[in-house]
Amino acid sequence: MNADKVLSIALEHSPADQAEAAVWLTRSALTRFANSAIHQNMLFENGVLKVRAVFGKKVASGTTNRLDEPGIRELVDNVARMARLVDENQDFVSLPKPVAPVQSVKAYRDSTANSTPERRAETVRALVAESDKVGATAAGSFTVQSYERAVRNTLGIDACCRGTYANLLTVVTAPDGGFGYAAGTSADVDAIDGRAIGEEASIRARDCRNPVGLEPGEYECVLMPYAVADMIGMLGWMGFGAREYQEDRSFVCGKLGTKIVSDSVSIWDDGLDPRSIPSPFDGEGVARQRVDLVKNGVATGLLYDSYAAHKEGKQSTGHAPWGRAGNLIVAPGDASVEDMIASTKRGLLVTRFHYTNVAHAMSASFTGMTRDGTFLIENGRITTPVKNLRFTQSITEALSDTQMVGRDLKLHRSALMPALKVGKFRFSSATEF
Amino acid sequence: MDGSFDPRQFCDTVLERAARCGASYADVRIVRRENEEIWLRTGKVEQLSRDSSCGFGVRVIFDGAWGFACSPNLTLDEGARIADEAVRTARASASMKRKDVILADVDPRVGSYSMDFKVDPFDVPLEDKIGLLKDIDSILRRNEKIKVTDCSMEFWKLDQVFASSEGAYIEQRKIESGAGASATAIEGGDVQRRSVPCAFGGDYAAAGYEFVESLGLLDNAEQAAREAVELLDAPVCPSGENTLILEGSMLALQVHESCGHPIELDRVFGTESSYAGTSFLTPEKLGTFRYGSEIVNITADATLAGGLGSFEFDDEGVPSQRVDIVKEGIFSGYLTSRETAAELGLPSGGAMRADGWDRIPLIRMTNINLQPGDWSFDEMIADTKDGIYAANVKSWSIDDKRLNFQFGTEIAWEVKDGSLGRMLKNPIYAGMTPEFWGSCDAICNQDEWRLWGIPGCGKGEPGQTAHVGHGVAPSRFRKARTEGAK
Repeated sequence: MNADKVLSIALEHSPADQAEAAVWLTRSALTRFANSAIHQNMLFENGVLKVRAVFGKKVASGTTNRLDEPGIRELVDNVARMARLVDENQDFVSLPKPVAPVQSVKAYRDSTANSTPERRAETVRALVAESDKVGATAAGSFTVQSYERAVRNTLGIDACCRGTYANLLTVVTAPDGGFGYAAGTSADVDAIDGRAIGEEASIRARDCRNPVGLEPGEYECVLMPYAVADMIGMLGWMGFGAREYQEDRSFVCGKLGTKIVSDSVSIWDDGLDPRSIPSPFDGEGVARQRVDLVKNGVATGLLYDSYAAHKEGKQSTGHAPWGRAGNLIVAPGDASVEDMIASTKRGLLVTRFHYTNVAHAMSASFTGMTRDGTFLIENGRITTPVKNLRFTQSITEALSDTQMVGRDLKLHRSALMPALKVGKFRFSSATEF
Repeated sequence: MDGSFDPRQFCDTVLERAARCGASYADVRIVRRENEEIWLRTGKVEQLSRDSSCGFGVRVIFDGAWGFACSPNLTLDEGARIADEAVRTARASASMKRKDVILADVDPRVGSYSMDFKVDPFDVPLEDKIGLLKDIDSILRRNEKIKVTDCSMEFWKLDQVFASSEGAYIEQRKIESGAGASATAIEGGDVQRRSVPCAFGGDYAAAGYEFVESLGLLDNAEQAAREAVELLDAPVCPSGENTLILEGSMLALQVHESCGHPIELDRVFGTESSYAGTSFLTPEKLGTFRYGSEIVNITADATLAGGLGSFEFDDEGVPSQRVDIVKEGIFSGYLTSRETAAELGLPSGGAMRADGWDRIPLIRMTNINLQPGDWSFDEMIADTKDGIYAANVKSWSIDDKRLNFQFGTEIAWEVKDGSLGRMLKNPIYAGMTPEFWGSCDAICNQDEWRLWGIPGCGKGEPGQTAHVGHGVAPSRFRKARTEGAK
């Protein structure tokens, strides 16, 4: 059954005052490899219907993957029954109405939708060949997805789109403790270059052999786009959602309109940017708006779903559920990574972070490890790979001392990020590799 | 699965088709999972949802390599199509293999099993469940400095069929239940949270609604709220090298991260290396490496009644087992699958589980338990001249070989001259796994031992979430690095 028919049945059958139906039809394939061989290879297909029922201020929801008419009716009936039983939520105003027309985006590529396991194996083979050249082995994953999403409600929301996504990532392991990471994302599987990604990771792994121990402490840092994507994603998670702000749990509280980081830093969320993986509407079917979160160092905006927006008499920015960022972008600067290295007296180049987590939300402090390519920079050049370090660092504090911003943006999953050079980053301990 | 559906016939059709396509091994899992979640946020029902998902997954070995495909449509035609797709993906895998997959032998079992529970949580009236959460919430919010509360409960019902080309046909049913609450005090830019009985939405077990009623949430809510408020004015945890006593739920996560993950043999062999990482517990260390002090004994036990990591058979049809992981401080065993165990010449330890019908089984924790010691909690405190007692998880991070870790806890107290003293806020402790466990010099006894359930263990690509258990009693560690988060 197609998405339109599923939504029609769900809404026509609903007895609720307001009703919402959302459907996701997905076809996803994944090839995983390790030790330079494919060890996991899978295809999965599913369709999920989510229904939300509203009686006055009583709300309930549910999902099913049984998308025939009896399955849809059963879900709608169950959700309506639950909604009638629940207490009123006085903060709930309404399901959203259309805020702006949903834009058409080019998110779908036939090449990706029609990709085959043989094609994925070819790409992995090209990647592994690069690791062979440096006497290393490769591990990683190649994800290829196509999907159709549609959301409709009884207040006029009616959004649908289809899209594709391809992501190849690898960690190459060289003898003598060398590790190198690289990844590539695109809506078009043909734009994923296994050889180039393999080469990037393999060179990094080769150069990372025999890392030396380094005393923890504060260092200047050149953060590659992979690390920046993790850090900015964590920043969005910790404080740019309106719900956290309304509950006084965000580091942005009391700082909207004031400078929170260096004026060379601008951050926004834009689901329509064609350079990213476009996503024209959110989980409630509301058109995604571009929201400037930080403009020239000043905190300027928050991300709203309809629930948080209605509490302030505002309109959703298209970031349901929970005001989460979907397509974060940091404005590019004019520096190259080589410029950043050349300007560093004694510091670190960090390829990526691992297992990051909130350390102290109100100071935007996070912790984690460096991984898969950490190097010491001395007097303007990389001198040696170093063993990985643990950091605990306030992100806003680090960004307040942003010295250079990379001119090239890297698409990492759905984020567009430059490299950054920051003046201080605090490392608290080291590990053995 | 409606009444006319014959799972046996369906499985036979799929397995025969896979064999006809050239698969040397095939298994099929049919899974139906129902879930109910109720979540009150600061007194208002934030989430009331009921989800169901049903489908099947087919795993095959063709030309010595794995393939997997799955579908929600349980028809015979679809079963045959998905078997074809699984073989096709395996054929692609075989084009990039370095060796053939070999499986450790297992006795193919036929049977039907259901885990015990008293009260089906899906039969308890919704009004009763919401009523309990509202009662807890009203206690938490008596203090005006409590600005945010979260009270939640969640239930799962899992019906599963496993059939293999070797002749296994196993039906299993499991019900899981859990609940928890937290109070967040906010004042002057400071945010402090206390949870009951633990973070991550509470404690969970393979049990019915009776488990929720046994958690004592109403009894402990007032204390949690009071402590959250008191934390606002508490001093920050001091930096330095300290004797550290860990409360049970915090220690459960310590076991999870620093023992449970590094003993997964698929990680050890590198198959998770590009994602979560590998392990410092490499095979040459088995039986000789000193993981902890002589009082540290850790088991992986899927046979424990009520454990979130308990089952009758894993998702390869291997019976549940109890395996020694650390014996008197020496690293002694792994969590294994049929494939990884065969590489070490061992039988499978039965640790393969998949997160639903649309995921392949991976090696997952069962119940990873620190065996109890001899101490009562009061004796442990009385025996500690100068230290810190830290409780409930707030933050966690560990490196990709599971050595360098850092945890934050909700709360801590000074221990001075054998007594609990001042409350401390924003505690963080950090260390290296073998040194940390090597410094363990006291473990509380069976009276203090509790089996905790964690329903959110992430692993694999695409992401999978496993429900696992950790039995622990509060324990003491010497020379731990502590500091206060700022």
